[in-house]
Amino acid sequence: MSGMSKIVKTISSITFPFVFIYGLYVIAHGHLTPGGGFQGGAIVASGCAMILVAYGSVWTMGKIKEKNLSILESLGGFCFILLAFLGLGFGTGFFNNLFVGNEFLFGETPKFNSVAANFNTAGVIPLMNFAVGLKVIAGLFAIVLVMAYASSIREDEK
Amino acid sequence: MNLPTFEFTPALVVAIPLLGAFLTPLVSRINDKLRNIFVIIIMGLTGFFVFLLAYDVLAKGIKVYVFGANTADTIQSLENGLPLLRILFEVDAMSVLMAGISVILGFVAVIYSWSFMKENTGLDKYYTLFLLMIAGMLGMELTGDMFNFFVFLEITSIASCALIAFWTNKGKAVDAAFKYIVISAIGALFILFAVALLYSQYNALNIAVLGSMIQYTFLDKIALILLIVALLMKAGIVPMHMWLPDAYSRAPSSVTVALIGATLASLYGVLRVCFTLYGNSLSNICNNLNINVHSMLGTLLILLAIITIILGVIMALRQINFKRLIAFAAIAELGYMFLGIGTGLTVLGNPELAVYGMTALKGGIFHIINDALDVGLLFLVAGAIYYATRENSLNRMGGLARNLKYTTVFFLIGLLAVSGMPPMNGFASKILIYESTYQLSPILSIIAILCSILLLAVFVKVFYSAFMGPAQPKFKDVKEVPKSMLIAMGIITCIIIFIGLFPQFVINTVVTPAAEALVNFGGEKGFYINEIIESFTLGGV
Repeated sequence: MSGMSKIVKTISSITFPFVFIYGLYVIAHGHLTPGGGFQGGAIVASGCAMILVAYGSVWTMGKIKEKNLSILESLGGFCFILLAFLGLGFGTGFFNNLFVGNEFLFGETPKFNSVAANFNTAGVIPLMNFAVGLKVIAGLFAIVLVMAYASSIREDEK
Repeated sequence: MNLPTFEFTPALVVAIPLLGAFLTPLVSRINDKLRNIFVIIIMGLTGFFVFLLAYDVLAKGIKVYVFGANTADTIQSLENGLPLLRILFEVDAMSVLMAGISVILGFVAVIYSWSFMKENTGLDKYYTLFLLMIAGMLGMELTGDMFNFFVFLEITSIASCALIAFWTNKGKAVDAAFKYIVISAIGALFILFAVALLYSQYNALNIAVLGSMIQYTFLDKIALILLIVALLMKAGIVPMHMWLPDAYSRAPSSVTVALIGATLASLYGVLRVCFTLYGNSLSNICNNLNINVHSMLGTLLILLAIITIILGVIMALRQINFKRLIAFAAIAELGYMFLGIGTGLTVLGNPELAVYGMTALKGGIFHIINDALDVGLLFLVAGAIYYATRENSLNRMGGLARNLKYTTVFFLIGLLAVSGMPPMNGFASKILIYESTYQLSPILSIIAILCSILLLAVFVKVFYSAFMGPAQPKFKDVKEVPKSMLIAMGIITCIIIFIGLFPQFVINTVVTPAAEALVNFGGEKGFYINEIIESFTLGGV
C-alpha cells in the first residue's frame, strides 16, 4: 500500500492526536464511564490504522517494527497477570483488589451519595485497564500493520 | 500478608501458565535456549502445583477457591443473604485427575518440542500459544462456573487452532485448522446459548448452584442437548469426528499430544454436565413418558460409543498415513471411554444395577488416563519417525528398527498398551469395561473385544511395515532421534509400565475417588461444594 495524497496525509496528521487522546481517555475512565481497556485500545489502534492508510505500509513499517509491537503486547499481558498475582501475594486472593481503601494509587473510597465521579477510585481496575489497553493497542496495530505490509508485497509482485 | 500456601493452589495452577505465556516472548528476546528452559520450568511448576492440589483434594475432599476474595468472607456474605456473584474454582477428585493428565501431556510435549521444533522459526509464538492452551485446559477442568467454562473453552480452541496451523508452509495444516475452528466456534456458540438458557431461568451461573436447582423443564432439556452436542463435537465422537483425524495428523506431534489433552477436557465437560449439572436424579423423570433422563442419555452415549469404536477401527485399518492411522485409533479409544461412562450413566439411580454401573464408570475414567498416555506415546513415536526420516507414509517406510532402536521399543510398548494386551495399562481399564458392559448387554462387550483385536491387527501391520523388513538404502544415514525426544517418550513409557504393573494401586488412589465424586450427588461425602449450597439456600433466593 503506497501513501495517499498530501491532503489526506495532512488531515490525518491533524486528527490523529485527537483520536489518540480520546482513546486514552476511554482507557483511563474505564472504571467510571462506558468503555475500558479494550474499547479505548481499539480506538487508538484505529487512529494508528488511519496513519497507516494515509502514509502507506512501507513508510509505517520503517518507523515502527512489528517485533517491538509484539514486545509491548506481551508486556501488557504480563502487567495484567502481575497485578492479579499482587492480589495473591499481598492481599487475600488471586485478582484481589488490593489498592482499594489504601489512600494510595487509585485507592480513595468515594464519599457516600457523591454525585461527581471520582477519578482516583477503584483500586487495581484502572491499572488493569491500562495493561489491557496497551495490549490491545499493540496487538491490533501489529495485526493491521502486518496484513497491510503483506498485501503491499503482493501488489509489488503484480 | 499471606504467603501462597495450599489455599492458593487452584488459582496458581491456571495463573502460572498464563504468566509464563505472556513472559515467553520477552524471555525469547534474550536467548532461545533460555526460553526453552523457562517454558519447561513453568510447566514443571504447574505440574508441581497440580500434584499439590491433587494431594490436598484426595486427602480432604472438595476444594473451593474464590477469586478476588477469601473463601470465608464469601461464605459469610452468602449467609447474610447476598447472591453468589464471584467466580469460583471447585476442585474435586475428577477435576484433579483430568488436570493431572493435561499437565503430564503438556510437560512431555514441552520437553519433546526442544529438539522436535528446533528448526522452525516463530517459536516464541509457538510456546506462548502452547502455554495459553495448557492454561485453558486446566481452567476448563478446575472451574465451577458455567460461563467461566465457556471462556476457557474458547481460549483452548483459539490457541489450539493456531497451533494446528503452525506448519503453515505445509498447506494442509491450514485446512485442518480451519475445520477445527469452525467446529469449535459452532460448539462454543451452542454452549453460550445453553448457558444463557440456564441463566435466564435460575439466575445463577455456578455449576453446583445450578445443579441443585435444576428442574428438567423444557428449556433445561434444550440446554442439556446443546451442551452435550457441543462437547461431544469437541471430543470427536463419530458423527462429529471429521475434524479430528485432520487436526491430529497435520499438527506437529508435540502439539497433537497437547491436543489430546484438549479433547479430553471436552470429555470432562460431558461428564460434568451429565453427572453434576444434570445430576439431580430425584427430579429427572420425564413427566409424561416416565423415562429416566439419565438412562436415556446413557443409552445415547453407548450407541454413539459403539459407532465410534467400529468406525474408528475400520477407518484405521485402511490408512497409510502413519499419524492419520493413529488419529483414527484415538477415535476408537474415545469410543471405549464413552462406552464405560454411558453404561455408568444408564444405571445411575438404579440401586440393583449400581455395582456394575460403578465398575463401568471406573473403567471409563481409568481408560481416560490410559488412552491419553498410550495414544500420546504413539503420536510421539510417529513424530520421531517423521523427524528422523521426513516420511509420513507407511508405504515408503521399512526396516527402521535397525536405525531407531529406542523408538522401536517405545512403539512396541505403545502398541501393546493401546490394543489392550495384558501386561500394559490398556488391558486393566478395558477389562473393567468388558466385564461391566457384558452385564448390561453381551453384544456390547463382544463388539468392544472384537474391535480391540482389530486394533491390535492394525498396529501389528504398522509395526511390521515401519520397523521390520529389509533395510532400505535410502534410510542408511538415519540416526536415532535426539535425547530430549527420547526422554519425553521415556517418561510416558515409564508411566504406562507403572500403571500396567500396579493397576489396583491407581484405581484405588485416583480412579475410585474420581468416580465417587461424580456419582455422589448430595451424598454423605458432600456433593460438589455442599456447604456453599446450603448457605446459599439458607440465604433465601
